[in-house]
Amino acid sequence: MRRATSGVLRFWIVPVTLVLWELLTRVTESPYFPPPSRIATQFYDMWLSGPASQLLLTESALDTFGPSLGRLLAGWTIAGVLGIALGVALGRIRGLAEYTDPVLQFLRALPPPLLVPIFFVLFKIGTPTQLAVIVFGVIWPVLVNTTDGVRAVDKGFLETARVFQFSRYDILRRVILPSAMPKIFAGLRLSLSLALILMVVSELVGSNSGIGYSLLYAQQSYDYTGVWAHIVLLGVLGLLFNALFLVAEGRVLSWHANARRNV
Amino acid sequence: MLELVDLSHTYGSYRAIDRVNLKVAQGEVVCIVGPSGCGKSTLLRSIAGLIKPTGGTVLLDGKPVAGSPENLAVVFQDYSRSLYPWMSALANVGLPLRRRGLDKKRRDAAAMAALEQVGLAGAAAKYPWEMSGGMQQRVSIARALAYQPKLLLMDEPFGSVDAQTREELEDLTLRVCAHHGMTILLITHDVDESVYVGDRVVVLSKAPGTVVGDLPVQLPGPRDQIHTRELEAFVRLRAEVGRLVRGMTPHRNTHGFGVETR
Repeated sequence: MRRATSGVLRFWIVPVTLVLWELLTRVTESPYFPPPSRIATQFYDMWLSGPASQLLLTESALDTFGPSLGRLLAGWTIAGVLGIALGVALGRIRGLAEYTDPVLQFLRALPPPLLVPIFFVLFKIGTPTQLAVIVFGVIWPVLVNTTDGVRAVDKGFLETARVFQFSRYDILRRVILPSAMPKIFAGLRLSLSLALILMVVSELVGSNSGIGYSLLYAQQSYDYTGVWAHIVLLGVLGLLFNALFLVAEGRVLSWHANARRNV
Repeated sequence: MLELVDLSHTYGSYRAIDRVNLKVAQGEVVCIVGPSGCGKSTLLRSIAGLIKPTGGTVLLDGKPVAGSPENLAVVFQDYSRSLYPWMSALANVGLPLRRRGLDKKRRDAAAMAALEQVGLAGAAAKYPWEMSGGMQQRVSIARALAYQPKLLLMDEPFGSVDAQTREELEDLTLRVCAHHGMTILLITHDVDESVYVGDRVVVLSKAPGTVVGDLPVQLPGPRDQIHTRELEAFVRLRAEVGRLVRGMTPHRNTHGFGVETR
């Protein structure tokens, strides 16, 4: 019964908001706040009126989304791999975390967008810098969660591994990592949403392609409906990534959800 | 095959076990029984190499052991912390065999054979959380069987299951282990169980635990939950062990089961 009610609520909240938004913007007629119908039309014209062979995406959409999503996924993947590797080292090598903690906390506190000028100097302008910003910004949730996760492995699991003399590789690969996986996934999920933000931020400065650049371009051409279309696009991408991630997580961690349900 | 010489362990200033001496022969099933807090688990963990005893030696086949010895398996009381929930029963049983250099096909075959022996052939693909406690402990036993250890340690293995399952598992242990000729050291706080399962019952005193009784169990086999437990010899021996566990002076018995106390 409650589930049914919440389903109806969820279903109604979207159109109701849209209608209110539409009415409000039509009454006020502010150039900065175009009605959602106009945003939707422009969204469609810009990106979704392409041929079916391209999943309806226009050339412009492919040119804009391609580089952005490429950077986002590459940055997130690099950060994921590095974060897990470093997290395992920090969590398993005794004393290492204590020694490196001040440095890590310092680095973690730095806002990644402010490091863009430094990355410009270090790397070439363009994709390498943008990747560096994303990696630097999103590695922390993975790193911290992995460290936590590999530390929290149940003693019983490790004792079993010791008694049966598992190799170090098997202990890591088949005991520690799977056991830490729920936490690692929580970190990866947080990183993914951060990566989307940092992707846009990195494209707003010193880029000539991608969604952030296109957003900036729309703003500088006084195309406010276009700006809104970009904002909607980012929201939709966030939603989509989250949904895809949850599907993947559900597959990898089905044991975890079930084990908890059965306890 | 297993010999403990003056095995002692202290945690800080707390003496858990104090100069435990014990010899276990090949193929023997020895039950160690004692009141709670008598250092039973400390003793087992020392033998398994999970803790380094502060005094004394553990000898396996005459050689002192350091770390976890080869050819040793443990069935832990808490199966939920010993079976890996991210693996099926078959994978759990087969995992230790990776170290034996068997390929996947042979590992799976050996794991399957072990699961068949504990009556779980049909549940090989199930995950631990899909099984009852008794089934999970069977998987633990199967894992130990597949590993084919020379020495099997069991730490209160039936302490977390209901009474009926407990009896089933006791019989399973007796049957399967006799078949494999394994040497077993079973730790329990249950006097009844120690007499029913063991060829020999070793009684530990309250902490600091030390051996206060070592009684051979001479009961006709094959043992049976109902009949064995009503045998006069069983009842008498159980009472004897019970007295020792409670720290009473043992009766010098005249019925043919020698009570040797140290």
